[in-house]
Amino acid sequence: MAPLLDVDSLAVTLPSPRGPLPILHDVSLTVDEGELVGIAGESGCGKSLTAQTLLGLLPPGAAVTGSARYAGTELLGLDPRGWQRVRGAGIAMVFQDPSAALHPMLSVGRQLTEHMRVHLRMDRRAAVRRAVELLDQVRIPDPERALRAYPHQFSGGMRQRVAIAIALAARPRLLIADEPTTALDVTVQAGILALLERLRAETGLAVAFITHDLGVLSALTTRGYIFYAGRVVETGPTGALLTAPTHPYTAALLGARPHGTQTGGTLRPIPGAPPAPGEAPPGCPFHPRCGYAEPSCGTAPPPLTPAGADRSVACVVRPHLEVAA
Amino acid sequence: MNTTAPARLSFTDVEVEYRSRGRARVRAVAGVSLEVSPGQIVGLVGESGCGKSSLARVAVGLSAPSAGTVRYADRPVTPLGWRRRSGAEVALQMVFQNPYASLNPRRTIGSQLLDGVPAEVTGAARRARVHELLERVAMPASAAQRYPHQFSGGQRQRLAIARALAPEPRMIIADEPVTALDASSQAQVVNLLVGLVRDLDMGMLFISHDLALVHEIADVTAVMYLGRIVEAAPTRELWREPRHPYTRALIDAVPQIGPTARLPAILAGEVPDPANAPTGCRFRPRCPHAFAPCGEQPPTVDLGGRSVACWLTDSAAAPTVARSL
Repeated sequence: MAPLLDVDSLAVTLPSPRGPLPILHDVSLTVDEGELVGIAGESGCGKSLTAQTLLGLLPPGAAVTGSARYAGTELLGLDPRGWQRVRGAGIAMVFQDPSAALHPMLSVGRQLTEHMRVHLRMDRRAAVRRAVELLDQVRIPDPERALRAYPHQFSGGMRQRVAIAIALAARPRLLIADEPTTALDVTVQAGILALLERLRAETGLAVAFITHDLGVLSALTTRGYIFYAGRVVETGPTGALLTAPTHPYTAALLGARPHGTQTGGTLRPIPGAPPAPGEAPPGCPFHPRCGYAEPSCGTAPPPLTPAGADRSVACVVRPHLEVAA
Repeated sequence: MNTTAPARLSFTDVEVEYRSRGRARVRAVAGVSLEVSPGQIVGLVGESGCGKSSLARVAVGLSAPSAGTVRYADRPVTPLGWRRRSGAEVALQMVFQNPYASLNPRRTIGSQLLDGVPAEVTGAARRARVHELLERVAMPASAAQRYPHQFSGGQRQRLAIARALAPEPRMIIADEPVTALDASSQAQVVNLLVGLVRDLDMGMLFISHDLALVHEIADVTAVMYLGRIVEAAPTRELWREPRHPYTRALIDAVPQIGPTARLPAILAGEVPDPANAPTGCRFRPRCPHAFAPCGEQPPTVDLGGRSVACWLTDSAAAPTVARSL
């Protein structure tokens, strides 16, 4: 079966005052129906830009090459009407900051139903019925009352649930969640992660979950992509990816996080800093910071090559990597 | 108490209240006692709205407690204009969450660091001190001539730390110092702060919502819920054997890296509005072990090196539940 989303050799170049900046290079990824896929990396690595590309939200002047097919339809080059058909009913999105995603002056009910009345041509009563159903689905207590409430009357976690309900209104098959729990407390985050997993199990929703937190990646997703400087450097089943990384960057990211061994406060930082977007060095983008780099690493970016069961890695050295406990 | 004891920061029954017109008074901090000794890192964890930041502001004298006392080096910390700030209080410095807001965007780094260098240091020694400060936070001397916007988030936080170090503090209050940073710069900044405490024998109150991080670096961890410290213990013991149900719930909510996806445990309910805090034990409405005595506020019981405010620790009342926590 063809994947629900099939991105192949996607490259995006953004305009800037100093000339075009190549941000994404040769990104290929797939999401199957009902699959929870994780996309992880540090800020500026291109994770959010990938999401924007898939929703046709790139700024004017962006140059895109490659292919991105959703349910067989090529997304790149769609006209505004084509995008309108895909967004909402096909691919929906949830953002990091639910307060920014919701209109502060409109009731939750208005924001939920307006959307359905326009996109699904429902009448008011049907839309309200569906809105109650949706709020119930995302576990908002007392949905009828919640419809009349305004975003500020909810806590951060509840607001994110409302944003998810709105995203689900037109029954999308793919939800792109861009750091949806980053602004939330751990106990609240646990609830949102469980909600996404339940939606996947109950409705067959596919979720592309963007995060910088490898713990969240491991807890929620079954397959993951590690991004660095606009490239996929490693991909595979999440458990294997994070317990036995094959790319030095994945291993370094794992090493930099607290590992609960109480080392007396010496984390292992990755030397240097990631390159600014569009300013990746030639060759492997990680080679200036990599402890295993060889002279050849600076010549050409290594292609993503198969590395064991369902796994690929973009590294020519393939050193033996010690994994943090 | 030993009066010759080295400069220690102590909170005794501190309360912080906020009032706004037409609304009920909010007790953000409802009776907190805590100590930070030189050379010690005390981690303070809790979710947003639990009063961590209110406590931090009181600790450095940015606001006054409505009850209780904060003492540093055996003198009360009182909010005063900066001109009247005593030498002892200058030894208390704070590092804030947002390095963008804690540096002046229109002044060079060097001139901002000079502000903090003690007046006794004169002439060329002042410039030399600026370079020492930059070296301590692993930044090049050339940074002195540059402006905050020319640095990345992690670098800016290191510069904000250099600014906090300029007046030669003995105690650092760090309020979510790495929350806004990426994994690789997070590790750098954390190592820097821990190194300072160890090298200079400073004390540090490290406030964070990131339990894994606090677990990694803190000597003692205090867990705060809705304005009260529910449990405080040497970090290792707290993690090995949490005695308060809220501590247990927080630890269980942290997503873990493992070979298979495993969702973190969910704590029922939400943090109540502090203006309308539950009577008795404030965690009671969400606690899976709540029983009759919880209607009364539990006393903080000293268990030899650790303290906990929970009726379950009263072994006569509920011995079996306590053990199964």
